[in-house]
Amino acid sequence: MKENTKLYTLLVYSENVAGILNQITAVFTRRQVNIESLNVSASSIPGVHKYTITAWSDEDQINKITRQIEKKIDVIKANYFTDDQLFIREAGLYKLSTDKVLANPEISRTVRRYDATITEVNPTYTIVMKSGQTDDIIELFRALDAFDCVLQYTRSGRIAVTRGTQEQVSAFLEEREKK
Amino acid sequence: MRALQAEGVKTIFGYPGGSIMPTYDALYDYTRGEKKCFDHILVRHEQGATHAAEGYARVSGQVGVALVTSGPGVTNTLTGIADAMLDSTPIVVIAGQVPITALGTDAFQEVDLVGLAQPISKWSYQIRHAEDVAWAVSRAFYIARTGRPGPVVLDFPKNAQVEEIDWEPKKVDFVRSYVPYPKLDNEAVRQAADLINNAKRPLALIGQGVELGNAQEELKAFLEKADIPAGRTMLGLSALPSNHPLNVGMLGMHGNYAVNLKEQECDVLIAIGMRFSDRVTGNLKTYAKQAKIIHLDIDRSEIDKNVKTTVAVVADCKESLPALTSLINKNHHEEWRASFKSLDEKERTKVIEPAIHPKEGPLLMGEVVHAVAEQAADDTILVTDVGQNQLFATRYFKYHHKRSICTSGGLGTMGYGMPAAIGATFGAPERTVCCFMGDGGFQMNIQELGTIMEQKAPVKMILMNNNYLGNVRQWQDMFWLRRKSFTKMMNPCYEAIAQGYGIPYQAVVDRQDLSAAIQKMLSTDGPFILECAIMEEDNVLPMTPPGMDVDKMQLEV
Repeated sequence: MKENTKLYTLLVYSENVAGILNQITAVFTRRQVNIESLNVSASSIPGVHKYTITAWSDEDQINKITRQIEKKIDVIKANYFTDDQLFIREAGLYKLSTDKVLANPEISRTVRRYDATITEVNPTYTIVMKSGQTDDIIELFRALDAFDCVLQYTRSGRIAVTRGTQEQVSAFLEEREKK
Repeated sequence: MRALQAEGVKTIFGYPGGSIMPTYDALYDYTRGEKKCFDHILVRHEQGATHAAEGYARVSGQVGVALVTSGPGVTNTLTGIADAMLDSTPIVVIAGQVPITALGTDAFQEVDLVGLAQPISKWSYQIRHAEDVAWAVSRAFYIARTGRPGPVVLDFPKNAQVEEIDWEPKKVDFVRSYVPYPKLDNEAVRQAADLINNAKRPLALIGQGVELGNAQEELKAFLEKADIPAGRTMLGLSALPSNHPLNVGMLGMHGNYAVNLKEQECDVLIAIGMRFSDRVTGNLKTYAKQAKIIHLDIDRSEIDKNVKTTVAVVADCKESLPALTSLINKNHHEEWRASFKSLDEKERTKVIEPAIHPKEGPLLMGEVVHAVAEQAADDTILVTDVGQNQLFATRYFKYHHKRSICTSGGLGTMGYGMPAAIGATFGAPERTVCCFMGDGGFQMNIQELGTIMEQKAPVKMILMNNNYLGNVRQWQDMFWLRRKSFTKMMNPCYEAIAQGYGIPYQAVVDRQDLSAAIQKMLSTDGPFILECAIMEEDNVLPMTPPGMDVDKMQLEV
């Protein structure tokens, strides 16, 4: 990784039409920037989708990528942020062997220590869930993995909301609709 | 048909096929009799339809339209779509598609057009049902022509073509997620004006944006008030007339010598509707580092893309130029402007004179272009193909009238010239269209001679034949140890080809016959092919080798 790269988070708002995701990711591909994580969901505004994308980049590059994305006709707004400007969460799911969990009480203690929750238990497996920052979720995986009890593990993409006090996308759309 | 009519379409360049047959059947009635409202120009290859639409759009300012079938019909248009994207040319390509029930089944002549076109078009959309036609067509034209123009692709499945609905016109003139004309930032304009008012050596770089914004007069007022010399990009050549006292020539790799060197001396560089292409800037690490950069562009994503700006003014130049003009002081830069003269003189003696007035040897491209420019009417439109013919033509042609140049700048599409020239004759029927081509590019869309024949399209074709892919050959000679790898070409008898298509033809071998032959070409009604036997291994000069500093421009090899 180059020295001046950072993990940036892009928040992109688009109309809910087919093919936008393709157009957005193509901007990254063209510049050979890997997407670290990607989450797409409906936003608080009806008919508007929100994309949360993270990528390692320098600021110049991420600025160009953001503008190229915003240029797409059906993209409403695209902005990039650093972690200090956002409230960020990810989720981890851990499928553990119930036999091993029962055999070693240290496993349950670890789950509690990491503030994770056990959401389902049956004779074969136990599902543990944790939300938090990337590092915490990975750390829990490493801790559990040390007990050799993990059957499956997955981590979600990042979701984020801005720490700013103004809702810029709603304001932008309001202004546009006035015309 | 009614949707196209509502958008003011008059000319359609197209080629029928299976998936677009219902539309062609409807077109039959709209191209004849009392319902007639369109001319349909049957091209000979779909690539030709897109370039013709580009040529039409470039000279008329209207949206060019191409109508083709699915599968190979539309894959043939991709080069033209990409060309229009890079050169900001408004065209709408409407393509047939298999019925939506057959989509994704590898049906006959099915391709994922929306997917293919996405990275090379401004917008691509599939019209899945007839009730979407009015909205989608109107939106397509709105997007193609507004803001920074570009190509729009409509994928039109057969079921949507045959479904019957009650016609309900829809006019799209607003898309909430798309801001074609950004609001002018007055603070940025003030800062730009400050820089210009304090500049000792200002230099303006003019791009096609001035033509697209129809701001040629606003540009003149701006330049004249502050007495700023201006270079033009290849696509911006006719934005400022050649004979304007502040015009200092063409930018770029094969542009004029003085302006390339002066980019490294100016203290304020004002870029207007241009995108700092690598063919203009050469090595970005050294480009205009001494200067404060002002960039006026309608497309925010162009700002800081290649050259970092001091002040960016993101707006239509029709609006930003007058705003800037009102804030700048009347000024004079005689000394600065005079400093261009000795460099111009050097280029004139070393390059221009030998190119346009050679005393002996075979014909040169420069002299052919110069001779045509001397005899052609002032409002003649220059169309070029790509390669040496393009560089010589753009260098030595004279521009007096706005929207006078069609050339493939960004994509550099060989084969662009002939079909684009056809489109130009329909876009500006009252003007002469001169199309310069090399023997390579002439053969890349040679089938369009059929279109020219059928339409009697008055394209004056100047075929500058040097039996080489001359530009590549020049690079091989300069940078690849003279290893001429597959650039020598065996040519057909062009006279026989012209005869086959019934197009008047004249060959010129000797210098003394050139002027009369041009006279004959220009005075002949309809199309004409003038074949000039050009010196085989001539080079376009001056030249900045690719990736080099612009002030390392060479006047000789």
